[in-house]
Amino acid sequence: MILQCAVLFAFLAIGELVVWLTGIPVPSSIIGMLLLAAALKMRVIRLMWVDGVADFLVRNLGFFFVPAGVGLIKCLGLIKAEWLPIVAASVISTFVILAVTGWVHQISRRIVSSVSSSHHAVSRE
Amino acid sequence: MPYLENKYFLLALTFVVFLAAKLLQRRTGLALLNPIMLSIIVLICFLLAADIDYETYSAGGDYIDFWLKPAVVALGVPLYRQLEAIKKQLIPILMAELAGCVAGIASVVLVARLLGASREVVLSLASKSVTTPIAMEITASIGGISALTAAVVVCTGIFGGMAGFRMMRMSRVKSPIAQGLSMGTAAHAVGTSAAMDVGYRYGAFSSLGLTINGLFTALLTPFILSMLGYQL
Repeated sequence: MILQCAVLFAFLAIGELVVWLTGIPVPSSIIGMLLLAAALKMRVIRLMWVDGVADFLVRNLGFFFVPAGVGLIKCLGLIKAEWLPIVAASVISTFVILAVTGWVHQISRRIVSSVSSSHHAVSRE
Repeated sequence: MPYLENKYFLLALTFVVFLAAKLLQRRTGLALLNPIMLSIIVLICFLLAADIDYETYSAGGDYIDFWLKPAVVALGVPLYRQLEAIKKQLIPILMAELAGCVAGIASVVLVARLLGASREVVLSLASKSVTTPIAMEITASIGGISALTAAVVVCTGIFGGMAGFRMMRMSRVKSPIAQGLSMGTAAHAVGTSAAMDVGYRYGAFSSLGLTINGLFTALLTPFILSMLGYQL
């Protein structure tokens, strides 16, 4: 468990370092995540060194959002005053994102695979 | 009662409330009783009833909040496990993410404006689909209210996690990869945890969706807002 946490926090710390050095406006955790995946791919890190703690955290991801959600208490007044636009815009936009992302992926995947399969057909001839 | 303001009590309370909410959902099998949402409501009611302010609660809650960052780093593991599948469809994935990001920001801004939201609220909503640290960072940089963003981000995640798969069935988003990507794009880490419940592959693509959308949103939000007529 110590090794697992050491690896995980090392990548978070590297993410912090990258942000500190470059000043890019991307959270350190996202950089740490990308670097962790890259390190696993390049076999710098072995999966068994980190999968225990990682699987635990990923399985319980939702729980870690509870305190941030309780922060809603700080803007109850604002939400009360403008609840309709806030709720309607969030709900509609969530539906739009789900549909648009899914559609574009399904359609562009079909186009890419038909282009590459016709390409294969040509090269076979 | 000053004991109720003890940070370890508040920390323990958060665990117990979440555990109870989870058991309740398992017993009843109702998707509507989302344990995250239920815990937030119960804790807010408790804080209001006991007249405890958020800063006092945070002294305990921060210990849980702290794990958000390492948990996002941990998403590197499912990402790594799906790397081959991702490589095969890099172009469709990037196109879907770009479209989802732009459509998401534009739709939330336009609907909120149409319904008469104030400028600060509109700006605070723009980044509502990406994970809290990114979203709050964006809101702070464009002049919105970070606390409102944090609240809306969590609520959007919960809503997406609860209703997302039903909405995708309605809009004929069928492939597992597209569904995973969409969940992560629309509902960040909370949606990803819902996608993980459906299957590991869904969860892995959802974490990819939240990452790419996080990056795109951080880069594109100021640009899209200025195209929609907001001077930042």
